[in-house]
Formats: sequence, structure tokens, C-alpha cells
Amino acid sequence: MKRKARQQYKQRYNFRKKVLSKWQLYVLMLPAVLYTLLFSYKPMYGILIAFQDFRVRRGIWGSDWVGLANFERLFDSYWFPIILKNTLTLSTLGLVIGFPLPIILALLLNELKNEKYRTFVQTVSYMPHFISTVVMCSIITMFLSPANGVINQIITFFGGEKLYFMQEASWFKWINEISGIWQGIGWSSIIYYAALSSVDSALLEAADIDGASRLQKIWYINLPEIIPTVVVMFILRCGSILSVGYEKVYLLQNDMNLIGSEIISTYVYKVGLEQSDFSFSTAVGLFNTVVNCVILISANWLSKKVTKSGLF
Amino acid sequence: MAEKLKRFFRGSQLFQWIVNIIIFVFLVVELYPIIYVISCSISDPEAVNAGKVFLGPVGFTLEGYKRVLEYKDIWIGYANTIFYTVVGTLINLIVTLPCAYALSRKDLAGSKFFMIFFMITMYIGGGLIPSYLNIKSFGLVNTRAIMVILGALSVYNMIVARSFYSGSIPYELTEAARIDGCSEFANFVKIVMPLSKALVGVMVLYYGIGHWNSYFNALVYLEDRSKFPLQIFLREVLLQSKLLEETMSNNPMLSAEEIAYLAEIERQADLIKYCVIIVSTLPMIIIYPKLQKYFEKGIMIGSVKG
Repeated sequence: MKRKARQQYKQRYNFRKKVLSKWQLYVLMLPAVLYTLLFSYKPMYGILIAFQDFRVRRGIWGSDWVGLANFERLFDSYWFPIILKNTLTLSTLGLVIGFPLPIILALLLNELKNEKYRTFVQTVSYMPHFISTVVMCSIITMFLSPANGVINQIITFFGGEKLYFMQEASWFKWINEISGIWQGIGWSSIIYYAALSSVDSALLEAADIDGASRLQKIWYINLPEIIPTVVVMFILRCGSILSVGYEKVYLLQNDMNLIGSEIISTYVYKVGLEQSDFSFSTAVGLFNTVVNCVILISANWLSKKVTKSGLF
Repeated sequence: MAEKLKRFFRGSQLFQWIVNIIIFVFLVVELYPIIYVISCSISDPEAVNAGKVFLGPVGFTLEGYKRVLEYKDIWIGYANTIFYTVVGTLINLIVTLPCAYALSRKDLAGSKFFMIFFMITMYIGGGLIPSYLNIKSFGLVNTRAIMVILGALSVYNMIVARSFYSGSIPYELTEAARIDGCSEFANFVKIVMPLSKALVGVMVLYYGIGHWNSYFNALVYLEDRSKFPLQIFLREVLLQSKLLEETMSNNPMLSAEEIAYLAEIERQADLIKYCVIIVSTLPMIIIYPKLQKYFEKGIMIGSVKG
């Protein structure tokens, strides 16, 4: 018994010595830790106002507690089914179309023989990533303008009717998704392309000798090589399924397409900061976070079951 | 001939052709909008309004650029954005790099705890309103400081940097200096930093672009026009024709001169939009080729994590 206590003491002493001797390393971490505490952890206790009828003057400890009233109001509200449906639609589209395309692009780029040409294509494909959301959204609006937008010019040139893209709610998801692909496909493909560079060339040679076709080589050698990367990226993507890029959606919205474009995060902004309904807005945000976490954990669990690899 | 055709279809040639065609179409789709915007910005305003520009510029004029440069707010926005980008990125580096280095050291006790401490914030946060109230409680709403402090640490970038350090700075290297009596601080500044130029390049790129393009933070936290970054003014200009329509409908009693002035701006409205897009994106276009060599390296550094 005594010996055990002594051992424990010794361990603790060693640990303390280890920490103390490296104190400088902790000082190096200090700015990051302070920032995270003050700007990421401190606001977390502000989540409490989701369960209150929060008044700024009375503060968090002086405001009345209302239990789940804000959530009940959310679930009963006119907008709730709309924002939930829109958020899920936009993120599912992103997952189904936007996620696989960069992988396909990386596989195709890998098949290009001319290295200079390939580098050129890659350079061009990264460029849109650097365009700001504000600029991106106005380019979209101008391209789709029914008055003089180039897309409608082409449609009328082939004898079609002009389409009012930005005015119709049903177009919104496609506009958001296709422009997102245009902007992000090159950039997202880099990580897969990098993973492809680690394919063992001996494997490819062996496949050549066995008479494998190019397609077979992609399917049986290249694709399996990047699957772990794909899995990690997929789970990360699932974790943010309800946090669609709100900046872009917000900037593309107008009164006419709101039924198809209002999502949870833009709703949080409008209710919270434009209408100053702090408690309700926080409740909506909290709902978003909880759903995100549940999806992330289930995606990770599923991935561990199916592919034996996960994020955590 | 038949033999040749047969080989074409069975062998890899057909495949190569399909790949080439797909990639070519992809290239055209990615390039076209960029070329189109550039062409429009120097075309005749009438041609732009009528939608006559398809690929190359129609006519040639720089009057759009002249108008943009006359617009005072753009300059205020430019100055503010440059300030936010330079100072903000500097703060990003000071916060991110030392922390990433410390966490990459295998002799750091409690590194796993700290990793979890940081990574939780990637998925869980207070949300918009609690963050706003928090910043308000610090008295930082409507200050320039908040624009450079907010987002000082991106956990994702920190993990990228940590992977770089643990992959390319051997422990023995700093160990030797330590035995010679070099402190951890001196170690970091004099040995580690000079060896991580590529990493610094990637970090400057990631963070810098974020600051340059940031819109939403300014929208939420700033009130004074004199503090607005470029993107806010950009948004205003890009919505200008809408604003004009509104002023026209709200004040039906405009004088003839005012209407003529508005009509003149209206005539150039689209042209100005294209010009302002180019003017605001120019710094990125200039910096882009210089930092380009770091891109793939940077993402590869990140992909090593596990």
C-alpha cells in the first residue's frame, strides 16, 4: 500500500518535473490557448440564453428562464420546415454532386501525359478559389441576368425563352451548387491528386504486364489508393452538413427566391442581428450545432463499420 | 486500316482521347467566365448593356476604370483591407506557428489534451449571437481591432502546421541546440523558423486570402463607414443599379439634371461592376503566381495528418 502511494507520488513528481522543465513550450502555446478560451469557449456559456427570455440590460444571470419555449417556437414556426428543407437540400446536393467531382477530376488529371499542359490546367482550376464571395455572387447575378446576361443570350440565340433564374426559388439550389463546383473543384482536387502521387509505380507496371486496361488500372489501383483520403474528407463534410456556406447563400438571396434560399444560418443572422431576437436566434443556432454533431458522430460510426477507418 | 481502327478502340488511344476532351471542356468552362469579365471591363458600355460581349472585348474604353478610381469609398476600403490583411495575417502567424510547433514536440506533456481542447472548437461553438455578445462585452464591437483579432487561430491551419513541423523538423536538431544551452524561444526563432519558409508561405496564403475576401465579419461587427473593408463597398457598388432604381421610385420629383446624371451612371452601371471586380481582385492576381509553388506542398503537408 505504502509502496503504491510512493510510486504514485513519484509519478506525479515526474509529471510535474516534465511540465516544469518544458515551461517555455507552454508559453509558446499561450497566445493560441488564450484566444481559444476567450473567443471560442467563453461564448459557449452564452448558449444558455437559448433557454431564456434574454434582455441585454439584465444580462445572462438576470434574465428569466423559459425552458424550451424558444425551441417550441422554432418547431412551430412557419419558417422551420422551409429552412430545414433548404439546408438539407443544399448540403445533400453538395455531398452527392459536389463531393465526387473533384475526385474524378484528380483521377483524370493523373491520366494526362503532357506535364506542362497538366500544370496549366491545374493552375487555371485553382484560380476561381481566390475570388471573394461578394464578387462571385455578383458574377453569378450578372451572368444569369434576364436583361443582358450571357446565359440568357445563349438561350435566346438557340431560340429558347428567357429564364428568370434569380427570381425563381426552384433554381436557387442549382445556381448555388453549380457555381460552387466551378469555384471549388480545382482546389478540392489537390488533396486527391497529392494522394495519387503516392501510388506505387511497380503496381502499375505489374498491371501492364497482366494486360490491364487504363480503366481497370484506375479502378483497381488508383482509386483504392485514395480511398482513405476520401473517407476522411467525407466524414469532415458530413460534420458540416447543416453549416452550408452561409455567406454565399446570404448574398445570393432576394425576396423572390427566399422560399428556396433561406437556410438555418441566414435565418439565425436575420432573426438575431436584424430583428434583435437574441434568445430565439441562439436556440436556432444551437439546434444546428446539435444536429451537426449527431450527423458527424453517426457518419464516423458508419465509416468505422464499413471501411474500418474513421476520423476518431 | 481495319487493323488500326481495331487497335484504336481496344487500346488506350480512345481512352486518352476521351480524357483529353473532358479536360479540355473543363478548361474552357473554368476559363470562360474569367475571360468574359476581363473583356467586359474594357468594352464599350453600350455593348455591355446590350449583352453583345461574348468572348473578346467589343470596342475599347477605360472609362469604367476611370469612374471606379474616382469613387472615394473604394480607396477607403482598399486602405482598410490592406491594413486588416497585413496586421491580421501577422497576428495569425504569431498565434498559430508557435503553438503548432509546441504541439508537434513529442516531449510535450499533455499534448493530447491540448489537441482535443483545440479540435472541439472546430465542431462546437457558441454561435453567432453568443459570439457577438461576447465581443460586445470586451468592448470590441465597431473597432478595427476586432477585424484583425477575430479568427486569429484556425485550428485546421494549426493542424497543417503541426504536421509540417513533426514531419520535417527532426527532434535531434533542436535537441542539440538545447544541450548547448539554447532556450526553446531562441530555438524556435533561430532554428525552426528559418527551416519552415514553405510553411510560412502556405500560412500567409491561406490566412491572407481569408482576410482579403472577408465580408461577413465586417457586416456583423462594424458600423462606421470609415472602417469598412473593400468587400463591403464592393457589395454596394455591385448592387448600385438596384439602389438607383430605388431612389428613382422613392423620389419621383427629380430634376432633369439629376435624372441625366443618374442615367449616365445607369448607362455605365454594368461596365463599372466588371471594372470594380477586376480592381478588387487585382492584388490576388498579382500575388497568386508568386505563392503558387506553395499550394500543393501546403495541402500535401495537411494530408499527412492522421
